Parts: sequence; structure tokens; C-alpha cells
Amino acid sequence: MPFGQRYSSNQHLKHEKYKLRDRYMTQMPQKDSFQPIIYTPDSQMRTPVRLVRQTWRDLKDSKRLAWRLFLRDFSAKYRQSILGVFWAFVPPILVGLIFIVLQSRKIINISETDIPYPVFALVGTTLWQLFTESLNAPLISVKAAKPILSKIKIPYEALLLSAFYNVLFNFLIKAIVLAGILIFFKVKLTIGILLALLAILLLILLGIAIGLLLTPIGMLYTDISSGLPVIIQLWFFLTPVVYPPPKSFPFSLLGTLNPVSPIITASRDLITKGYITNFQPLFIIATLSIIILAIAWLAYRISLPIIIERMSA
Amino acid sequence: MPDTLVIADKVSKKFCRTLKRSLWYGVKDIGSEFVGRNNSHKDLRKNEFWALRDISFTLKSGDTLALIGRNGAGKTTLLRMLNGLIKPDSGRIEIRGRVQALISLGAGFNPILSGRENIYINGSVLGLSKPEIDGKFDDIVDFSELHEFIDTPVQNYSSGMVVRLGFAIAAHVSPDILLVDEVLAVGDWGFQRKCFNKVGELRKKGTAIILVSHSMQVVSTFTDKAILLDKGNHTYFDNVAMAINEYNKLFSEGTVTSDVTKICQGNDKIKFYDVDIGKARMPPGNSFSIRMRFSSSIDYEDVQVDTKIICNSEPDIYFQATNKAYNKRLDLKKGDHRLEIKVENIQINNNNALISISIWARKRAEVLFWWRIPLEFGAINYSVGKNALNMIYQVD
Repeated sequence: MPFGQRYSSNQHLKHEKYKLRDRYMTQMPQKDSFQPIIYTPDSQMRTPVRLVRQTWRDLKDSKRLAWRLFLRDFSAKYRQSILGVFWAFVPPILVGLIFIVLQSRKIINISETDIPYPVFALVGTTLWQLFTESLNAPLISVKAAKPILSKIKIPYEALLLSAFYNVLFNFLIKAIVLAGILIFFKVKLTIGILLALLAILLLILLGIAIGLLLTPIGMLYTDISSGLPVIIQLWFFLTPVVYPPPKSFPFSLLGTLNPVSPIITASRDLITKGYITNFQPLFIIATLSIIILAIAWLAYRISLPIIIERMSA
Repeated sequence: MPDTLVIADKVSKKFCRTLKRSLWYGVKDIGSEFVGRNNSHKDLRKNEFWALRDISFTLKSGDTLALIGRNGAGKTTLLRMLNGLIKPDSGRIEIRGRVQALISLGAGFNPILSGRENIYINGSVLGLSKPEIDGKFDDIVDFSELHEFIDTPVQNYSSGMVVRLGFAIAAHVSPDILLVDEVLAVGDWGFQRKCFNKVGELRKKGTAIILVSHSMQVVSTFTDKAILLDKGNHTYFDNVAMAINEYNKLFSEGTVTSDVTKICQGNDKIKFYDVDIGKARMPPGNSFSIRMRFSSSIDYEDVQVDTKIICNSEPDIYFQATNKAYNKRLDLKKGDHRLEIKVENIQINNNNALISISIWARKRAEVLFWWRIPLEFGAINYSVGKNALNMIYQVD
């Protein structure tokens, strides 16, 4: 419809208006404007193809914002801290040192490890901290973004991506410390270290997948935030972090039922020895992690509008 | 750009009154959303109510729509649905174009970081890319007038400065549809004027604007349509002046007939009684008198009679003066007497106002009388503003 038909009066003013608008329109991304966005109460799961496509598009769109949010958190964190990156690696080292002392004084009885126990413990606790950071990251990131989420429409994936960047950055710091430990104890480095990176990535993925699965409920109820540290502490003792995987029957279940056990063991073996014998559990856990991550991601995406509504109702 | 930018078709939203239940419904809704059930939205569950019911409207390029109503009428809820932050419980919203919501300013600001860094953060949150922000950076700083503080941490800014920076960034995003939620009513007057100019500029460019405001002055200046929301119901107006009239009626209901607020009618030395205000409704141009009798046991010399006419719905004073403003000395002598205050030729354009009368002993040492009395002045149709003026129209 030609514009002129709609307005019969004030033609001279309207003319000016369209001149301005035409100039403005040329700057507009035309493609987006013509694709209407539709909001209905219908469940997004009914149109799975659209849901997945939108998720993918948002993930691509969110890279910029995620990077910016990561930079923000990073600079704010280190600007207000004297010790800085110290906090990223000291806690696991301290836990490791305690176990090294306990083991060397025979206060606790840990069965023989095939690499020197200090290396075993320090690598173990560092990997474990990486896992717990990944586990906590999604909920912390989404919770921190509450004020933005309730007021401005942003691609939800940006929060997950910035959490992921944050975990990766912490891993980089830890990698440097790990290298220091390996050099200090004169561990021979092999090509297997590259495979170790894959195993560590799997550790991060599993942590983020489980953490993300808990995020929707954790946003509504504080019980998740209160319960998680307790569970993580118990989980630490049920995982062969500071002791080698038990071989005798009831306790050997810890190695098979606890999905973190094989990854930690495999990562540590790859870092310190350069090889592992059994890949099968890693493949199973990798598949499992990807499935959990996909489900958790969709759940997160479709539940956020409902959560935002409840946060500020 | 398509001609019609927003279509809202029978949009409803319900809310829950108690938090515990609200959270539990949230869990259930997530569950039914996940398994693809749609029917959980139709009926009200326990403790739920309709915050918005069957709202329909369309918005074309260049249209400006005001959402008005009491606090809690659902104005912000509607904005948040249009922005896609929350889902409607029934109905359908179609958005054709880039939406920007000015629901809060400076979202994502980190107080530790400098203004400069926060411009980049907030800009990214609003969907701008780094080169876009680079290009607009100087304009943003100019607009915010914060040149010398741009490298200062935002936590050292005054609240007004934070808002300026927030608005400056938001103003440099060019949306097709702009949602504004009362954020323009911040900052000093000079900055407010700049904000309104910016909104006007967007309007000229063809941006459709939806504006939530409690200031009827803003509404009448900036919008050409209005929706009045009240208790889940809504009325659509093509004529903003009529919408404003209806809005004002919301507040006058019940107040005109309600009791006088009597704070003080005298003390043990002086008593006021038989206060009479005369007519119930006063169209512009009328006069009225306030008469009261008092009986005093001592002489009160040089008292101050403070007369104030205030608006019931907005914190506006139409008029305030004491007898000193009219160079009139008043002495309340011992014995039984009558005090009369005559107001001539009133020109008030509002049907809900209060008159407040207070009488003070010399130098305001003691309050002798204090009443607030609801008054109904006649509002003129097709008119906004506090005062009625006599206009003479002529075409030669």
C-alpha cells in the first residue's frame, strides 16, 4: 500500500518524515525485520525443529556478548583482588599437600600408586577442582545475570558460553601449575598429553552438563545452591582423586557407577604416564555427557521464560 | 520495513499471589512445557488471578501508544511479554522488527569497572557489536555529558550519572519498536528534555513506541493512542485526552464522597466547628467559599491561614498561598466568630483534587486547624494540564 493513502492531512510534515525514514531504513538489517517473531503460550517442544534452529542461531549470535561478559567478570574479579590468579590454583594444591602429608606420615593408609604419590595427589585435586568449577559454573552465571534477564532480552546461550570461557580460563591457569608440578617431579612428558586435553574437555563437559541440568530448579529454589557444596564434598571422597581406584568388589563400583572416576583416572594417567589401556568407559561417558548436555540445554532454554516470570512475579 | 510492526491478539497473563505456590507452579509449568502439554495455561489455579485479559491492538510504524493505569495494573507485564521476556498465557503476539526495551537502564553494569568499559558491556547486552559501539562511543559520551568521569568506576557515580550513562547507551540503539517503561522520568530537567528529544527523533524515523508512564503530561505530549489498564480489564482509546480523563476518574472515584481528613480542629483554647465548603462540583470559572465558625478563649493575633489545592493522584500542587501573600492580617479574637475564605474564578482542570486548609498561630508556633477536604472540580474534555484557561479561537 502506498504510504500517501494512509495520511490525508499534514502532507508536508509527513513527507519530511518519510525522507528521514527512508534514510534510516537503508541502514536497517532488512532480513531480520521481515521475519516476524511470534510469542504464544504453546510449548516450544511442539515445534522441535524450530526450537533447535533457534537455539543454534542464538548460540552463534551470543558469542560476542558471551566474550564481553567473560571480559567483564574477568576484569572485575582481578581488579578487586591483590592475589589474583592465586585463587585459581591454590585451593587444590593445599588439599593435595594435606593428603601428601597424611600419606607420608602414614596417618591414612592409601594403597600403592604407580606414580609418585605427590604427583598423583596434586594432579588429582587440580582435575577435581576443574570438575567442580564446571559443575557450579552454569548456575552461578545464570544467577548473576538475573537483573539482566528480567529486564532485557538477550540470547540465553551467552550466559552458558561465558561460563564455559570462564572454566576454560581457569583451566589454562591450572595447566601452567600442572606443568610446574610435572617439571618439579621430573615426570617425563609424552605425546599422550594431547589426548589428556580431550579427556579434560570431557571432564568440563560432564560438569557443565550436570550443572546445567540443575540450573532451572536452582534458579527457582535455593536448595540447589545450598545442597551442591555438600554433595560435591561427599563426591570428592567417592571419587579416586587422592587414592587409586579400588579394585576389590563393593568399592570397585565407585569406579564404574561414578561417571567422574574414569575421566579423572584417565586424565591423570594420560598426563603422567602418557597412555591408558581402556577407552571404553570414556566413550560411554562422552556419549552420556552429550545427551545430558543436549537435554539440559533444551530444558534451560524453554524454562528460562517461566523462571523469569516467577523471579519477578 | 513492514507497515504493521506489532500485533497483539487476545493476550492474557496470569500471576500467582503467593511465592511458594508461584514457584511450585513454575516447576509444573517447566514440566508441562518440556513434555509439550499446552493446557496448563487456560484455567486459573489456586491463588492465581488474571493480571491482563484479552488485550488486542496493532501498532504501525511511527505509532506511539501509551499504557496507563494504576500501579500493578499490568503495564510492565505487557511490555515484558512484547519483549519476549515472558510468555503469554493465552493469545498471540507478533513482532516484526527489532525491539528495544527501556525497562531498566544500565543493565549489566559492573560497579567496579569504568564508565568506558561499561559502555561496551551494556552496548553488547543491548545487541550492539564492538565496531558499532566504537563508532558510537563519542556520541554516547557526549550525550551522557560524562567526559571527565568516563574512566572512573561506575560505583563512584551518583545515581543520576548512572542513569545518564545508561540512557545514553540505550538511545544509540536504533530499534523498529521501542518499549519505554517510566525510565524517562529520571535525571534533571535538562537531561529529561534531551531524552524526550531523542524519543521524538526515533518517532520521526518511524519507530513504533509503546510508553508506560504515570505522567499525563508525558502521555499527552508523546503518544497518539492509549490503552487504559485496570484490574485485568482494558480500554483502548484513539484519543489520548479521553484516556487521560478516564485515567483521572480512576482516582477520583470514592475520594469525593469520602470523609474529610481531619487532623486538627483546634485545641483547648480554640475550637473550630461547622466547616462548610458549599458546592460539591465546581466547573472552571466558578467561585466558592469556605466558611467555619470558631470559639476561642484567648486572642490569636496575626495567624496564618494556609490554603492549598492539591491533586489527588499526582503529587502536584495547583495552588498554595497564605493570607500573607494577599497582605491580609488576620486576628482570631476571643469569643465566637466566623472565618470565611472566598476563592474566586477557579481555573482548575481536574476532577479530583483536595483542598487543604491549615491555620497557624503567629510564626507557625502552633497548628490550630488542619483539614483536607476532597473537592470535585470540573475537568474540560479534550484537554490536559492542571489549569483551565479561557481560550478564544478565531479564524480570519
